[in-house]
Amino acid sequence: MPRPAAYRPPQVPTVDEVAAQERAARLASRSIKKEAKVEGLTRLIAMLDLTTLEGADTPGKVKSLCQKARTPDPGSSQDHPSVGAVCVYPPMVPVAREHVEGTDIRVASVASYFPSGQAALDERVDEVERVRDAGADEIDVVLSRNAFLSGEYARVHREISALVEASGEKHLKVILETGELETYDAVRLASRIAMDAGADFIKTSTGKVKPAATMPVTLVMLEAIRDYYRETGREVGMKPAGGIRKAKPALRYLVMVKEVLGDAWLTPERFRIGASSLLNDLLLQLEKEQYGRYYSKRYLSLG
Amino acid sequence: MSELEAAPDTARELLFGDEWEYAPAPQSADHVRLEDRYGAFVDGAFRDTDEYFPSINPATEETIAEVGLADEQTVDDAVLAARTAYESHWRDLPGKERAKYLYRIGRMIKEKSREFAVLESMDGGKPIRESRDMDIPLVAAHFFHYAGWADKLEYALPGPGRPRSLGVCGQIIPWNFPLLMAAWKLAPALATGNTVVLKPAETTPLTALKLAEVIQEAGLPPGVVNIVQGAGGVGSALVEHPEVDKIAFTGSTEVGKHIQKQLAGSQKRLTLELGGKGANIVFEDAPIDQAVEGIVDGIYFNQGHVCCAGSRLLVQESVAEEVTQKLRDRIATLRVGHPLDKNTDIGAINSQQQLEKIRRLVDIGEQEGADKFQPECDLPENGFWFPPTFFTNVTQSHRIAQEEIFGPVLSVSTFRTPEEAVERANNTEYGLASGIWSDKGSKLFSISQALKSGVVWGNTYNKFDPASPFGGYKESGFGREGGVHGLLPYLELPSQSWQPQTPTNGSPSTKPASSTSAGASPEPKADDT
Repeated sequence: MPRPAAYRPPQVPTVDEVAAQERAARLASRSIKKEAKVEGLTRLIAMLDLTTLEGADTPGKVKSLCQKARTPDPGSSQDHPSVGAVCVYPPMVPVAREHVEGTDIRVASVASYFPSGQAALDERVDEVERVRDAGADEIDVVLSRNAFLSGEYARVHREISALVEASGEKHLKVILETGELETYDAVRLASRIAMDAGADFIKTSTGKVKPAATMPVTLVMLEAIRDYYRETGREVGMKPAGGIRKAKPALRYLVMVKEVLGDAWLTPERFRIGASSLLNDLLLQLEKEQYGRYYSKRYLSLG
Repeated sequence: MSELEAAPDTARELLFGDEWEYAPAPQSADHVRLEDRYGAFVDGAFRDTDEYFPSINPATEETIAEVGLADEQTVDDAVLAARTAYESHWRDLPGKERAKYLYRIGRMIKEKSREFAVLESMDGGKPIRESRDMDIPLVAAHFFHYAGWADKLEYALPGPGRPRSLGVCGQIIPWNFPLLMAAWKLAPALATGNTVVLKPAETTPLTALKLAEVIQEAGLPPGVVNIVQGAGGVGSALVEHPEVDKIAFTGSTEVGKHIQKQLAGSQKRLTLELGGKGANIVFEDAPIDQAVEGIVDGIYFNQGHVCCAGSRLLVQESVAEEVTQKLRDRIATLRVGHPLDKNTDIGAINSQQQLEKIRRLVDIGEQEGADKFQPECDLPENGFWFPPTFFTNVTQSHRIAQEEIFGPVLSVSTFRTPEEAVERANNTEYGLASGIWSDKGSKLFSISQALKSGVVWGNTYNKFDPASPFGGYKESGFGREGGVHGLLPYLELPSQSWQPQTPTNGSPSTKPASSTSAGASPEPKADDT
């Protein structure tokens, strides 16, 4: 295979760890009450990638997840939106496709040897193509930490470019797996490389590595998106995923998006949260805002 | 506040609008218990005065409470009460006993921290987020820190003799951090065995009076702390009182100079913590996004009413455009509004008088041809408000680059090399605080050595800790507050034990205790360490 002209990542700003964490903590102290809370929670439902990525997933489990995605709270008098997408392993894509038919819910799947990415590029590209052809609307691929941590940035770029190409018209989200990159400087650089290679979204984590999404990591990625937008005019989306289980931290992520990227990113087109158990807490908090008290979790259906 | 005023590149503009607006999140003030009027706090009790003046809420212009104006007789009584308390028992009380009172006061402030925070925001206009997260926790921390020193003075300042307290201290504090400045003054003075007459600023007298209640409740012996209220006249009476041994003043350079003149030739000691025009220096190798955050914290913290504010941004030319662009985006998201709203970033300007001063200097900046930027802000109708502002194309010869504005107004200028940055940073009559932003550790250290500045922050700004000394060079004053250094201005040292002795031909310097006879230094600058 002929070597394409080597990609060299542009210089990205360094990140001061202490100050970045302070900024994230400051944003987390915003007080979101009443109408703002209801509005934020409702938006978050539509921004949710309702996820099941387990070895034990079966068609039955995926069917149940899709039903939950369509009618998050069947017993509620409130009119909740449906979630943004369901996110499943490749073999489950046809099942999910069938069970969200006739709704706006999109089908997302993971590919490219999720979660490790430890496979030859051909195999990873192959998987993306298969998932694409199986009917997924969105494909979440993993960045090769193998290549990134050994300093082969050109290879990282080349591989993501190939995955982008393989995904065709589908929405491609690149998972950086920030828990393995460890430093904010690495996160910032990886974000830039992924965007340069054509990612539609950048995403924090697979959910299989701890720590998964954190506020400061997401902040650093949002700032990378902002700088990239200023430079190129392309609006890349953001998806924190993993470990966001409660409504309160989810609202804080939304605050961060609002105050770093502004109004244009407050839409499911540009912001998603990947989570499996967040949805019911969002619903619980919405009911509480309406009735002034919490009701028992037994009234909430399982996904 | 929404769109940016001057959009350089509209196609790639970020819009910080009302797509998802925060609802009001007011902090309740119901638990603040306040009398209608407070007298002077003398000899452990509140006493009536002939005249009262109102303390208003600068966000609403409504009167919160009335405060007794101290006349000369009141000041005299307060000083006398302090003198009596000092001589009758306080100076002889063992350090560990003094510490118990300080610990108790610190604990009680923590217990009442919410009430103190709300009252501080009501009386002074600062956002509740700052009074809750910065002011009040630091107040308690100062009392705890100095409580720890009270019984360790001989270890802190070793030498041939025991460090001795001075006597009665007159302490005059400003309106920008009312309770915090009271703590900075009271805690070291009491820990070292002095008694105090404190004069808070006339626009922010209330939290000091709540502190007086805490002091009563804590059982501090009458007369150890006395609080007199009023403006410059009261301060002047305190400065000139013959029974006062030491004056500690925090405030403007103008008043500081006046006090130093008043004290010239007297035996009284003096420390001054005055104005500043802090340089915040951003190098091209800085973590830019965090530096922008530091610029915001440097100048818009507490509406810019901060003596150590980073009011001059010096940014390396190669990154100037990027930094100012990001600063524009950032201040578009600052929320200006009611101080008691938990989401407010910039509260009310402390007084009408201060607002007028800010407006005057901003007008001068525009007349001198600097480019002004302000985000669009909806400011409340009543009260005193000023939006976050910065000027670009500012040179050293602009007045806004030289004069302390003491408001949310930043002047931005550029430099080419580190040497030029240092020259510009030092090109001021002040020398209180500076910030350096660079990812290179060696640069942080070399530049900080070259700055004539009492405080230098590296990759952060406006961080305070009771263990860290604070104070200025040049016309920013002399003397240090905080840490072990903060003990010195309140102590008489029997020898020069704090300074390393000049070695005499290799023999260890073992001066005999004869120097213990050194009395109070005749020079008011004796505390300048």
